[in-house]
Amino acid sequence: MNHKLEGGSVTLREIKYKLSLKIKTAKEHLNIEVTGGYSSDLLSDVMANAKKGNIWITVQSHPNIVAVASLLELSAVIVTGGKKIEKETLSRAEREDITIFDTTDSTFNIVGKLYKMGVIGG
Amino acid sequence: MEEKKVTKAQELVYELRIRDTMTKEVITIKPDHTIKDLRNILKENRISGVPVIDKELMVGIISIEDLIKALAKNEMDAKVHEKMTKNVIILYEDEPTINAVKKFNKYDFGRFPILNREGKLVGILTQKDIIRGLLRRIELDYHANELQKYKNVDIFKDIVTEHTNIIVRRYVVGNDFIHGGEAAGEIKKSLVGLGIKPNIVRRVAVAAYEAEMNLIIHSDGGELFADINQERIKIEANDNGPGITDIEKALTGGFSTAPDWVKELGFGAGLGFINIKNCADEMNLESEVGKGTKLKIIINL
Repeated sequence: MNHKLEGGSVTLREIKYKLSLKIKTAKEHLNIEVTGGYSSDLLSDVMANAKKGNIWITVQSHPNIVAVASLLELSAVIVTGGKKIEKETLSRAEREDITIFDTTDSTFNIVGKLYKMGVIGG
Repeated sequence: MEEKKVTKAQELVYELRIRDTMTKEVITIKPDHTIKDLRNILKENRISGVPVIDKELMVGIISIEDLIKALAKNEMDAKVHEKMTKNVIILYEDEPTINAVKKFNKYDFGRFPILNREGKLVGILTQKDIIRGLLRRIELDYHANELQKYKNVDIFKDIVTEHTNIIVRRYVVGNDFIHGGEAAGEIKKSLVGLGIKPNIVRRVAVAAYEAEMNLIIHSDGGELFADINQERIKIEANDNGPGITDIEKALTGGFSTAPDWVKELGFGAGLGFINIKNCADEMNLESEVGKGTKLKIIINL
């Protein structure tokens, strides 16, 4: 496992490990490298601004987050604040091959830790 | 809903039989197999559901959703026949493809088993199979290696007739937040399949998503429609009500009439039309209270 941040490349595996995230769906994609991050709970805002390969940090946990992640080809979604993720969200994520993590940590803390790891916005 | 000019793809949906579009090699499972076996079969074959066959007779169908349910209840050792859907909706191989399109719209299933008139299972049909079959018929080879060749190339050069349009049409149910974004996803998939450039695909995906969510949040249901030809992608979202009272205000950023519970889900921030405008080369919104709303978006290729 490579924990170095050479070339700014950070994989989902490193993120999961460093942030102690629980992986809920599409567990086979841990080698994917994230291209950056975006955080917002407004779906249209995410649609407008998150870029392909970004990791998205949100408190939303309903099935539509999978639609957004899939349409934008995001690398993963982190649902923060210990929000219970709806069953339908998980089955849709599995179907559309979208990796979802969850954590009891807050959006603020998760974004801070990601930034420190070299995952930046944009 | 106004009548659209009939296009090649729409004609073909009537002309092509299901046997022309279905997948003929069907992977099946036996009723006394376990859910664990099901998991392996789905995983190995990268599929999301299989018919259950007992002595050459189809007795049910089981899908990844059933697997996930069993997983959640820790019932991976349960038998397939305990968890399968017994009331299977089927289609016959000699039916026109349009019948399948209708059934996909009516039922929320990912696949239908296809029988011949003797009742024997001869194939399986997903929405992907239909798109593939249509594309194949308009002289497009949809195989993966071909697709690779077409990446970022103007695929329409290879379509023989000039008037071939590709149509994706989906009915969107009002208030159906659970399936929100699926119609836009389908439109996106067809564009990727056609080798359209990623930046255009993204603009279409964002615009189609916002148009679809508008139907879900604000209308009693309507139709999302994408029409693709050599020059442009046209997206339309049409509904029959309730209509927009103040169009100018609706187009203003930050303004939304969505109820609070919808806003709490992260929708209705008054950003939808702004996103559409930013992605579109042309946008036109017409609405009449009590009659309905017509949104038209053009994105040039």
